[in-house]
Amino acid sequence: MTVNQLMKELNLKLIAGNDGLDNEISGGYCGDLLSWVMGRAQSGDAWITIMGNLNAIAVAVLADVSCIILAENASCDDDAKARADLEGVPVLSTEEQAFPIAVKLSKLLGI
Amino acid sequence: MSESINLKYIVPGDDFTRAGEASGAVKRKLKQLGFNSDVIRKVAIAMYEGEINMVIHAGGGEADVEILPDKIHIILADQGPGIPDISLAMKEGWSTAPDNVRSLGFGAGMGLPNIKKYSDELKIETELGKGTKLFITVNVSN
Ligand SMILES: Nc1ncnc2c1ncn2[C@@H]1O[C@H](COP(=O)(O)OP(=O)(O)OP(=O)(O)O)[C@@H](O)[C@H]1O
Ligand SMILES: [Mg+2]
Repeated sequence: MTVNQLMKELNLKLIAGNDGLDNEISGGYCGDLLSWVMGRAQSGDAWITIMGNLNAIAVAVLADVSCIILAENASCDDDAKARADLEGVPVLSTEEQAFPIAVKLSKLLGI
Repeated sequence: MSESINLKYIVPGDDFTRAGEASGAVKRKLKQLGFNSDVIRKVAIAMYEGEINMVIHAGGGEADVEILPDKIHIILADQGPGIPDISLAMKEGWSTAPDNVRSLGFGAGMGLPNIKKYSDELKIETELGKGTKLFITVNVSN
């Protein structure tokens, strides 16, 4: 499934990173501690978090995740948005909590 | 690519907005050179963790990267406080990160373990009051 499809299925709002909407999603990872995510997330994962800062974008780029999903309407800093646009990392937002989003993602991916 | 490519970056201290620039640049370079994505990811993760450690714990430093056809060497050198107990620092969960950087998402105590996990060789030289030098090697397997 692409990020674009996920966005429509789960009614997520696109905050930044338009250019990465065709990224393929292969799994999911939840976490807010950056180096934990860096070490454990797999390439292609949709990363569900509340961390919307510049460093989160850097982690997303270096760990090759497919997109960032900001749970509970967690805010995304302006400089983070700019970086996400530059790097083509889709940042999506939802008012739902991480758990229900993860459950829905899992169902959609069939994993 | 028959010869080596050498890259050098200055990593400014305490500037979290620029942290990750050097590893991001190396990632782009490796992509351009056509390295496989697993190798690129290993280099990017190991180097980022070392880079951000220099920013948070050592007031910045320097990164030297040597790209060879069969391996990539990364040397990260700082003139920070040094690491008093390396085996403790290598433990998952051990961190002395201050509160202000924890609120940014750092301080899980997973950076050095990640470097170990994603590199093929890791050597740490450190001297209290003088600084720390990380020698990281990632092998290129085909
Ligand atoms: N370049 C360095 N200079 C001085 N101390 C360091 C350096 N790198 C690491 N350390 C010490 O080793 C500890 C563990 O480092 P590690 O990268 O594993 O975790 P962290 O940086 O505290 O948190 P995280 O990487 O998970 O955000 C640090 O908290 C710090 O005390
Ligand atoms: Mg660290």
